[in-house]
Amino acid sequence: MEQGVIEVHEAKVNREILVFTLGTEEYGIDILKVQEIRGYDQVTAIANSPSFIKGVINLRGNIVPIVDMRIKFNLGKADYNEFTVVIILNIGKRIVGMVVDGVSDVISLSAEQVRPAPEFGTVLDTAYIQGLGTIEQRMIILADIEKLMSNKDMALMDEATSTS
Amino acid sequence: MSIDMSQFYEVFFEEAAEHLASMESLLLAIDLGNPDGEELNAIFRAAHSIKGGAATFGFSDMAQVTHVLENLLDRVRKGEMALRADMVDAFLQAGDVLKGQLDAHRGAGEADPAEATRICAVLSALESDQPVVPVKEKSELHQFVLTIAPQANWTQDDVTKHLEPLGRYKVLEAGDVTCPWSVALETTQAELDLLEILAFIIDPEMLNVQAMNADSGEAFGFLDTDQVDDPDNQFGFFAPKAEESTESYGFFEPVGNAEAVQPDPGYGLFEPVSASAPSPTTAGGEGYGFFEPIQDKEPTKASEPVNTASVSTPTPVAEVPKSKAPEKAAASSESSSIRVSVEKVDQLLNLVGELVITQSMLAQTASQVDSVLYEKLVSGIGQLERNTRELQEAIMSIRMMPISFVFQRFPRVVRDTANKLGKQVELKMVGESTELDKGFIEKLTDPLTHLVRNSLDHGIEAPDVRVAKGKPAMGTLTLHAFHQGGNIVIEVSDDGGGLNRERILAKAKERGMAVSDSMPDSEVWSLIFEAGFSTAAQVTDVSGRGVGMDVVRKNIQAMGGRIEIESMHGVGTTMSIRLPLTLAILDGMSIAVGNEIYIIPLTFIIESMQPRPGEVKTMAGKGRVLPVRGEYLPLIALHEIFNIPPKVTDYDQGLVIILEAEGQKIAMFVDDLLGQHQVVVKNLETNYRRVPGISGATIMGDGHVAFILDVAGLVRMSQSSSQILASLTAAS
Repeated sequence: MEQGVIEVHEAKVNREILVFTLGTEEYGIDILKVQEIRGYDQVTAIANSPSFIKGVINLRGNIVPIVDMRIKFNLGKADYNEFTVVIILNIGKRIVGMVVDGVSDVISLSAEQVRPAPEFGTVLDTAYIQGLGTIEQRMIILADIEKLMSNKDMALMDEATSTS
Repeated sequence: MSIDMSQFYEVFFEEAAEHLASMESLLLAIDLGNPDGEELNAIFRAAHSIKGGAATFGFSDMAQVTHVLENLLDRVRKGEMALRADMVDAFLQAGDVLKGQLDAHRGAGEADPAEATRICAVLSALESDQPVVPVKEKSELHQFVLTIAPQANWTQDDVTKHLEPLGRYKVLEAGDVTCPWSVALETTQAELDLLEILAFIIDPEMLNVQAMNADSGEAFGFLDTDQVDDPDNQFGFFAPKAEESTESYGFFEPVGNAEAVQPDPGYGLFEPVSASAPSPTTAGGEGYGFFEPIQDKEPTKASEPVNTASVSTPTPVAEVPKSKAPEKAAASSESSSIRVSVEKVDQLLNLVGELVITQSMLAQTASQVDSVLYEKLVSGIGQLERNTRELQEAIMSIRMMPISFVFQRFPRVVRDTANKLGKQVELKMVGESTELDKGFIEKLTDPLTHLVRNSLDHGIEAPDVRVAKGKPAMGTLTLHAFHQGGNIVIEVSDDGGGLNRERILAKAKERGMAVSDSMPDSEVWSLIFEAGFSTAAQVTDVSGRGVGMDVVRKNIQAMGGRIEIESMHGVGTTMSIRLPLTLAILDGMSIAVGNEIYIIPLTFIIESMQPRPGEVKTMAGKGRVLPVRGEYLPLIALHEIFNIPPKVTDYDQGLVIILEAEGQKIAMFVDDLLGQHQVVVKNLETNYRRVPGISGATIMGDGHVAFILDVAGLVRMSQSSSQILASLTAAS
């Protein structure tokens, strides 16, 4: 599988992964794509937008859209309080925020700890899953967050500019 | 010379580019029948300046082309040759070659040396044609050595009497009864003619005429030798020039004048560069203008240069570095402007934007304090608001440039394309001083070029077809730019054949698109924006492949603008591009709908009113109208368009805002009008995507994000309720 070939090249380099939870599952994304983590407040709704797009916020002068992954993938309870976590991602040239249940830690995964994912079993289309990471008893679903956010379904970008 | 010239390269590149641009626009505007002397001079000066700079920096390829160009230009401007269309074409091509060479030196692309050689040859050929205007007969000058046998019994008087009318002469060896006379003669007569003339005077047996060829190094003090291969002797020979300007790149001042013998410092340090320079022996001024062919017969001047030659030869070497400074001073005094990088201006604009936000936050906070107690604070903040507003207007105007920057390339494009297509087209440009943001100028060029080419290719008919239709053979293409509301509008109009409705519909049906024969014209015309659409029978390299119009529309929409078409069969077509005028900051009124706040740009608001109960009427059960001062305006409710639960639903409880966009008025029902704000426009599409009805976002004084309404879009939405539904379903 192609992923195996890629991992051989990256064997020497450990990947830094930010782990967050959605429902009962743990997901991991490349730490370099994460710009900051903040709370949820002052979101201005966008008219006629899908329910999982909560709206936009003012991030130090930038207008950043916020997507609620819990609604999109139907996981967890989508409530908003002082504990709600928003991960601000810097993907390509865009800044996008996503609401998750919680953020746990940043781990370093070596190539041996990453296994290929089976073709079924998760909410995410396996096109976005880069593999499954194992650390102690935990299984971290490694997601290609850039591809996921650029996808048409997320309706975050105009079709002309989406990368998928 | 140990001075590092490379730091000056950038200045030369920019100035040379400007000279080339001005040269081209002057050439295109010139009237062939009656060229304006000042314009010709300006074209000459541009070429001359490029040559000087190019030679200084060692860009010999450019110096070479400009030199040949300049010679021909010089003759034209002095009236020695009449300006012809083929000359103008050659000049334009030379300009292109120079541009290519300039780009190559800048590191962007390769110059084609063959092209340079070709254009030099063309220009030289044009120059050596017999002049059409017999004002000053410019003919070849030949040098001969005449040997007159003693038997002829010539005296000095004879020499003077017979040879002087022929040209300039110099006695090399005075003859007498035993020695032959040896006289060098420079004359316009050819050898055979000379022999014939002298045959009347001298027995041919006693006369020997020997032509001086180019190799003989001695110039006998005559000023004109086109000895390209023998540069060393030529330094310091100069000719009295009829008149010449202060710019003296490489030209030494006429020595014969009463003024200083000292030649003006010039870039007199270049070698006649390469063998590829065509070198006819005619007085074409080869050798980089060191010498001019003598035009008047003034033998008195002949002797002087010989003396001063030795004096001035060493000086040009020393003069070169100094001379750059006075030249630069002369150039910069013409226009007092500074070159600033675009990033600095953008940064400035951003900072001013943030300043406006901060100032409005302060204003909001200050409005809540006791204005009597804190009178000074409140008035200070009012002052701050005025200052900020002025600062922001000034900064925004920095980025605004007249649209002539875009338009200036079109005379050339139209001329070349029309020639290629065999059509006669006159280009009119109106409103060239209309200003728009610099960022748009670059992005407009491609779409406009495409539209212009389309008009020329498909719109305007061939001259014979036009005459058959009763139109003048010369078609007209108009570029018209003006401000309207908060937009800048650019129209490309032609008086050609118009769009062919049937062909477009047929093509659409062929491609399986859903069209009906009863579609209104405006929708039929919009079909041509679909990808791959072209009704052209043939693909030319100008257009017809069908890849253009959809890209044009996409580009214009990416700028936040729109493109529309109007056309009438047989009469012509007009394409209008509409772009937002200012990007960054605008004045708006904030309105409330439900719990949301929206901003309406002030330029679209005409008035606001509260309707009386029962004033709002319905039409056909679907559309609502409101009578306002005698006209019925369509009424839209913002809470319906945006699906927001409103605070008021009765029309007489809320507020109606009358908006106008693109010549149409609508009435928009909202909950309440909150206030007037100056807001910084933030682009929604940077991180998100285009939302129908929203043109941007802004950050309010309390840090909240508020959306700015796209009034023009809302006006379009109001045109039929079915369209409202369509836009709603598309958005969700």
